[in-house]
Amino acid sequence: LPDGVNISKEARSAISRAASVFVLYATSCANNFAMKGKRKTLNAGDVLSAMEEMEFQRFMVPLKESLEVYRREQKGKKEARKDKDKKADSEEQDKSREEDNDDDDERMEEEEQNDEEEVDN
Amino acid sequence: AEMAARLSENRLVSLPLSRIRVIMKSSPEVSSINQDALFLTAKATELFVQYLASYSYKHGRGKEKNALTYTDLSHTAEECETFQFLADILPKKILASKYLKMLEKEKRDGEVGEGEEEDKEEEDEDEA
Repeated sequence: LPDGVNISKEARSAISRAASVFVLYATSCANNFAMKGKRKTLNAGDVLSAMEEMEFQRFMVPLKESLEVYRREQKGKKEARKDKDKKADSEEQDKSREEDNDDDDERMEEEEQNDEEEVDN
Repeated sequence: AEMAARLSENRLVSLPLSRIRVIMKSSPEVSSINQDALFLTAKATELFVQYLASYSYKHGRGKEKNALTYTDLSHTAEECETFQFLADILPKKILASKYLKMLEKEKRDGEVGEGEEEDKEEEDEDEA
């Protein structure tokens, strides 16, 4: 929004709700694509297809670009982690196994890279 | 959580991934979500919020030039096909007096209006 434009409290909370609905709608749409492909895991392609389906083609280019940057970043982190682990003991590897259960933990990307993330639903 | 924080710091995406993940997981048929998909969804949501806000502001009915109001958003949901999926959660507002009249009319007509009434939001003075 241009400088100096205020957003009413009501508008803010409405936008917040709209964002949640968007996530649900996008997820459900992406999941349809995953199921069509007989996959249980939502992947990047599914989300991109969902955007097109929802008529948000305008997002495609910026999304793809961000994804590139994100993937490069993740790769970089993984390399950095590998180096760290080489120096560390097996002790650290034990820790990583425990923390594996924590969904949001960064370490899961080490184990699974771009793929699966199994959690009980 | 660490990763989510870092991503927000680097401003690759400004919404918290953990929160997005919670919402995605609440969807019944979804079993698992790949990291890239989570990131893309968060990023797309960010773009969506920007789009919704700027569109609503641009197409606002001109009441307030320097503010984005609920009414702007609600109009957008109703009038723009792309945002129609938001219509139910961004209902138009009506005056409380009008709402009460509607209730009475429905009573007289012998109908029991259910969901409709619950969707309407009331506003005291200004909004119509």
